[in-house]
Amino acid sequence: MKQLLSFIRKEFNHILRDKPTIMILLLMPVIQILLFGFALSTEVKNTNVVILVPKADNEIRHIIDRVNASDYFDIVGFVHNADEIENAFRRGDAKLAMIFENNFSENLKRNGKAHIQLIADASDANTAKTFTFYATSIINSSQKDFSLQNNANGMILPEIKMLYNPQMKSAFNFVPGVLGMIMMLICAMMTSVSIVREKEMGTMEILLVSPMHPIYIILSKITPYLLLSLVNFGTVILLSVFVLHVPIVGSFFSLLMISVLFIFVALSMGLFISTVTNSQLIALLISGMGMMLPATLLSGMIYPIENMPVLLQILSDLVPARWYIIAVKDIMIKGLSFSDVLHEALVLTAMAIFFITISLKKFKVRLE
Amino acid sequence: MNKIVNPISEIVIKADHLTKKFGQFTAVDDICFEVRKGEIFGFLGANGAGKTTAMRMLSGLLIPTSGVGQVAGFDITHQPEQVKRNIGYMSQRFSLYDDLKVWENIELFGGIYGLNASQIKIKTDELMQRLNFEDERNKLVKSLPLGFKQKLAFAVSVIHHPQVVFLDEPTGGVDPITRRNFWEMIYEAAVDGITVFVTTHYMDEAEYCDRVCILVDGKIEALDKPGDLKVRFNADSMDEVFLQLARKATRLDG
Repeated sequence: MKQLLSFIRKEFNHILRDKPTIMILLLMPVIQILLFGFALSTEVKNTNVVILVPKADNEIRHIIDRVNASDYFDIVGFVHNADEIENAFRRGDAKLAMIFENNFSENLKRNGKAHIQLIADASDANTAKTFTFYATSIINSSQKDFSLQNNANGMILPEIKMLYNPQMKSAFNFVPGVLGMIMMLICAMMTSVSIVREKEMGTMEILLVSPMHPIYIILSKITPYLLLSLVNFGTVILLSVFVLHVPIVGSFFSLLMISVLFIFVALSMGLFISTVTNSQLIALLISGMGMMLPATLLSGMIYPIENMPVLLQILSDLVPARWYIIAVKDIMIKGLSFSDVLHEALVLTAMAIFFITISLKKFKVRLE
Repeated sequence: MNKIVNPISEIVIKADHLTKKFGQFTAVDDICFEVRKGEIFGFLGANGAGKTTAMRMLSGLLIPTSGVGQVAGFDITHQPEQVKRNIGYMSQRFSLYDDLKVWENIELFGGIYGLNASQIKIKTDELMQRLNFEDERNKLVKSLPLGFKQKLAFAVSVIHHPQVVFLDEPTGGVDPITRRNFWEMIYEAAVDGITVFVTTHYMDEAEYCDRVCILVDGKIEALDKPGDLKVRFNADSMDEVFLQLARKATRLDG
């Protein structure tokens, strides 16, 4: 026990004396949350719109007012023909054009049916999809206003309701993602690098000829990073609740439980990496390319898994972050309880057991 | 300067036809020798002669392909844990933690070898005084000159007073005077009853050993007191002895 404690203290010294690294590890979650929250937001705001109106009347004005009032759109001008629209797109003045058909209001009143054409600059497809969706819902709700005013019957109004995330806040999506990424980074990458560094420096040899049990070496490597991840977990949660206003609907305890479980998976992966390589650089590459990239790209954090080709969907099943993100969303945003994420918890447990077993088997007591 | 090792004192290291193969390559080829308590046993050889491999087998880091070895009365293949408890080890790659302070390194290794807090404190004070390190106690190891680090690493490797200490090219890269100082520490340890097993390729160091064993291509080519070897090979220095033997080497570096 005394062996273990003196060894854990040594690990803390290593980490705390490496000032640049500890700064990066503690600030990274803050920077990532703020970047994703404010700069890299997938919400689309202040899209420039041009409008073509043959003849303005009350109905059209009503719709335009609503568009103008929304945060999502800025009306930059009115145009009079298709050429002007094209020019606006070419110059980049506008991303969206709304074209009201001739006799818009008459058609609406007489037939209960009128057309607005939406032309979007889809060079950035995702953004275009998002703001045309916004525009459609504004038009739909105006349509509702008219039907109430005119008391018209039989008009079918599509009603779209965004469950769990009515404002379509992207924070709901990336907060779990950032949590998953940071923990992967700290646990898998830092643990593997810190073990491999001892191999590279030759100090591992000294430890292996000492009577210290290898399990102590592993435990003492893991402990500081476990604590560090918990600190980062706290930072991310505090920032997302108080700065990004993402609530924790479910129980905080369940959230903590699933996170600790995920941390163990990441730690065991780091351990595994350290048993397959002797160079810090390779450990860094494996954990960077092999763990971080899938954790960001295949976990559903940025790209929806449902849209992926089947092969990638199968591959994403193997990414621990994917299961973690699902569970975090369920608990934090949908407010489900731990028993509802049992499936995800079991998958993560299985992964942890798998990696710990093979790394303990591979961890070399002797240098071969 | 050679001291007398009692020829009937107990045997603490015994290699009996030890062999280590890595695939097709035989790094250590059927070596046999015995080392007695308190002896300073030099293991000489060119780079790649198999010195480090032999030492790693004896310290329980590598399993011999064949043959038997005993260290401190324990079998190296079957009782590596007991062997580890009774040896100290200092590798050619400098073996302390650079980003820990001098006293922290002592405390860490003291703790690893099961010393309690008060023992560690006494040892630390004693070491600081003996090495004249009082001013360096609180410095990070990386700020010390190499000679200091090597002395400290040696002191740490015998902090638990092991039966045997293995030193793998402990004095690489320092000047002869610092090497001389280092060897004074080795002598003190040997007088204390710690058996010293040291590999080197500095021939002036070979002269300091009680007995030397010259390894060429994994085989023992000569094993005797430095003085007797010089007589036998009709040489003025160990350097000449070594050159006569090492000329036969067919292996390349590494």
